[in-house]
Amino acid sequence: MSEETTTEDKGAPSTPPASEGERRRLQEMWATGTEEPSWVTASTAEGAQLMLPRDNASPDEVAEEGGTLVVDDRLFDEDASEEETTILNMGPQHPSTHGVLRLQLELEGEIVRRVKPVIGYLHTGMEKTGETLTFLQGPTNVTRMDYLAPFHNELCFSLATEALLGIELPPRAQAIRILMTELNRVSSHLTWVATQGMDLGALSMMIYGIRERELLLAFFEKTTGLRMNHNYIRPGGVAADLPDGWEDDVAEILQRIPEGMDDYHDLLTNNPIFLGRTQGVGVITPEECFAYGITGPPLRAAGVDWDLRKSQPYSGIEQYEFDVPLGEHGDVYDRYTVRMEEMRQSLRIVAQVMETMPAGDYRSEDLKVTPPPRKRIDESMEALIHHFKIFTEGFKVPAGEHYQAIEGPRGELGHYVVSNGEAKPWRLHCRTPSFANIQALPVMMADQLIADSIAIIASIDPVLGDVDR
Amino acid sequence: MTDWIDVLIVAIKVVAAFVIMLVATLMLIWAERKILADMQNRVGPDRAGPGGILQGLADGIKLFFKEPITPARVEKGIYLLAPILALIPALLMFLVVPIGRPFSIGDREITLQVMDLNVGLLFVLAVSSMAVYAVVLAGWSSGSKYPLLGGVRATAQAISYEAALGLSLVPVVIYEGTLSVAELVEGQSGQFFGIFPAWNIILLPSFAFFLMAAVAETNRAPFDLVEAENELVGGFHTEYSGLRFALFFLAEYINIFTMSALAATIFLGGWNGPTWDGALPASVTWIFPILWFGLKTFAIVFIFFWVRATLPRFRYDQLMELGWKRLIPGTLIWMIFVAIALAFDEFGAPWA
Repeated sequence: MSEETTTEDKGAPSTPPASEGERRRLQEMWATGTEEPSWVTASTAEGAQLMLPRDNASPDEVAEEGGTLVVDDRLFDEDASEEETTILNMGPQHPSTHGVLRLQLELEGEIVRRVKPVIGYLHTGMEKTGETLTFLQGPTNVTRMDYLAPFHNELCFSLATEALLGIELPPRAQAIRILMTELNRVSSHLTWVATQGMDLGALSMMIYGIRERELLLAFFEKTTGLRMNHNYIRPGGVAADLPDGWEDDVAEILQRIPEGMDDYHDLLTNNPIFLGRTQGVGVITPEECFAYGITGPPLRAAGVDWDLRKSQPYSGIEQYEFDVPLGEHGDVYDRYTVRMEEMRQSLRIVAQVMETMPAGDYRSEDLKVTPPPRKRIDESMEALIHHFKIFTEGFKVPAGEHYQAIEGPRGELGHYVVSNGEAKPWRLHCRTPSFANIQALPVMMADQLIADSIAIIASIDPVLGDVDR
Repeated sequence: MTDWIDVLIVAIKVVAAFVIMLVATLMLIWAERKILADMQNRVGPDRAGPGGILQGLADGIKLFFKEPITPARVEKGIYLLAPILALIPALLMFLVVPIGRPFSIGDREITLQVMDLNVGLLFVLAVSSMAVYAVVLAGWSSGSKYPLLGGVRATAQAISYEAALGLSLVPVVIYEGTLSVAELVEGQSGQFFGIFPAWNIILLPSFAFFLMAAVAETNRAPFDLVEAENELVGGFHTEYSGLRFALFFLAEYINIFTMSALAATIFLGGWNGPTWDGALPASVTWIFPILWFGLKTFAIVFIFFWVRATLPRFRYDQLMELGWKRLIPGTLIWMIFVAIALAFDEFGAPWA
C-alpha cells in the first residue's frame, strides 16, 4: 500500500493507481479465485453480542440459543415467561469454563433454557501476527493457539507450508512427527480426563491425569527443550533429532500410561455417580454435528466414522494400524469412552512408530529451507550464507494457497495458508476445532441442568486459545 | 455454695468443649489437607509448623485480618447474621456428646459431657436442622445469583436429608430404649458372646443411612451441591470474605467433627473400650476412654475425607432421588423390620 501511495505522490506512476475499492476487489478476487467476493458481511452477522430478552430476540436467535435450530428436541414447554427466568453470566471468570469462555445462560430454576457462548476474551490476533512472521517463524506463533496440542498446530502449519514449497520429507522426519503428535494427543486427552473428572467433582482425577501427563511433558522437554509451545516441528522437518535413549522413555510411557488409565477406570468408569452424571447428558445427533461443523471426538461419539487420519492421511500415518473408536449416543459418556479409547489407539501408533523408526535424516535436505548443521557453517561459505538468509529473510514460498487439515485432539485442525511468493504468508487462517465445537454448546446444554452444563463444557474440551486465536 | 460450684463446673465444661472444638477443627483442616494430598500424590501443607500442622491456624489468622468486603446489593442485616447463625448450631450440637467416662472428685460425680439431656438425640436433630437457615439466608441475602442457587439447593437438600437423618436414628432409639446420649453409651458397654463389643453397629443399615445423611447434612462431597465450586463458584458463600467466610468454614468443619463424634457415640460405642482398670493405676486409665472416643471419631472423619477424594458430585435431581426414593424408604423399611424383630424378642411370636 505504501508503495502505491509513494509512486502516486511522485507523479510518475509506473502502474495505474488503483482506488481503495478497486484494490480491495482485486485482493478478494485473488484470495477467493472468483470475480465476486464470496462473503457478504451480513451473512456472517451473529446478532447481538449479548443475550437478548425473548421479546427482543428474533425467532432464529431464540432457536439457536435454545439449541433447536437443526433438530427440535426440546423437552420442556416453550412458555417460559420473563418472570420465571433469569439470565446468569457464567464466566469469563468461572472455575469450570476452561479459560475465559463466557456463557450466558437463561435459567428456569436450575434448568438451562437458552445458552449464548460469548468469546473473544483471549483474542490476541495470532492469525494476523502470522502474516508478519516468516514461514520458519510461523510454528512459534501457531503453537501457542491450542496450547494443549502444540505439536498438532506446528505440524499443520508445516504441512501446509511444505505443500506450497513442494518438498518431500525423509521418512524419519515423518515418523518423528507422528510420534510426537500422537503422544501429544495422549497428553491432551489426559488433561481433558483430568478436568472432566474435576468438573464433575472427582477432585483426585485432576491430579491423576496431570500425573501421567507429566511423563509425556518430561519427554517433550527432553526432546524439544520446552514443556509446551515447542516450535519443534518446522517446515522442512523437525528441529532436532530424538534424544539418545528415547526408546526407553517411550517404552516407559507405553507402560505407565495404561496403568494410570486403569486408575481412571476405577475412579470414573466403574462409578455409578459418574455414569449417572454423564450418560444421556448433552446429547448431540450426527445431523446437528454436520450442521455445526463438529469434528473430532464429539462427532465420533455421535457415531460418525470420520477421522482425518484415516480419510486424509498425513505424514505417513497410513502405515500404522489403529482403530477409530466410535460412540453410539453422542452423550458426554460416549465422548468419554471415545477419548479414553483414542488414548489407547494413539499409544498403539506410538508403539508401532517406535518399532519401525527409520534411520536417516530428521529434516529435509533442501538447503533453501533447512538451516545447515552448525559444523558446516564453520567450513563452508555457502552454508553460512544459507544460514544467514534463512534466519534473516526466511525462505521464499511460491505463490499459491493450501488448506491442510489434520486430526487434532479436539477435531479437524486446518490451516489455510496463502503465499504471494514472499517469505511471509499473505494470509493465515486457522480452522480450529474448539471454535467450531463450542458453537454447538446451546444444542447440548439447552434443557439440561446447570451441573450438566459443566459436564458438557468439559466433554467438548475447548481450549480458549484455540477459539480466539 | 453447692450451686456455685455446679455453675463453675458447667462453665469450665462449656469453655473446654469450645476449646476442644476449635482445636479439633484446626487439626481436621490440616488432617484433611494432608490425607487428601496423600491420596492424590501431593505433599500438602508443610510450611507452617512441623509437617504444616499449624496451617489451619495460619489460614485463620490470615482470614481474620483480611478486609471483609460487603457487596453493594446485599441485605445487610441478614448478610451479617448468617455466618453467626451457621456457627451457633454447630457449636451447640457437640454439647450432648460424652467424650469420656464419668469420674468422681470427692463425692461429686463429674461427667465429661456438658449436658445430659434426656432428649439428647432430639436435641441433635433439632439443632442440626437449624444450620440450614444460615446457608439459605446467606444465599438469599447476598444479592447474587450463584449464592441464591446455592441457597435454594440447600433448602431442598436439608429438608430431604434431615428426614433421612432422623429416621435412621429411630431403630437405635427403639433398640436402646432411650434418647439420652449418655445412656446410649452405657447401653453399648459389655460384649456380645463375650468377644464382640456390644456396639449399635449391629444395626448396620442404620449406621450406613446415618453416615450418608450426615455427609449430606454437612454439605460435604459428594453432596456438596450447596457449594459446588465447579458449578456455583462458591455457592452460598461466594460473596463472603475475611472473617465472615472463616465462620462458615469453621462451622463446616465443626459440623464434620460433631457428626463424626455423634456417629461414633451412637453406633461405635462412644468412649467404651478396654481400659485395663485392674492392671493400671487409676491415674492412667482415665485417659483410655477419651482416647477410644477420639480414635473412633477420627475413623469416621477419615471416611468423610476418603469419600471426598474418591467420588464425583451428585447432580441436583439425583440427590433428591437418592434422598426420597432410596434413603427415606430404606430407613422406613429398616425401622419397621427392627421394630418387628424387637417385638418378637419382647413378646414372642403372636401365634405362639
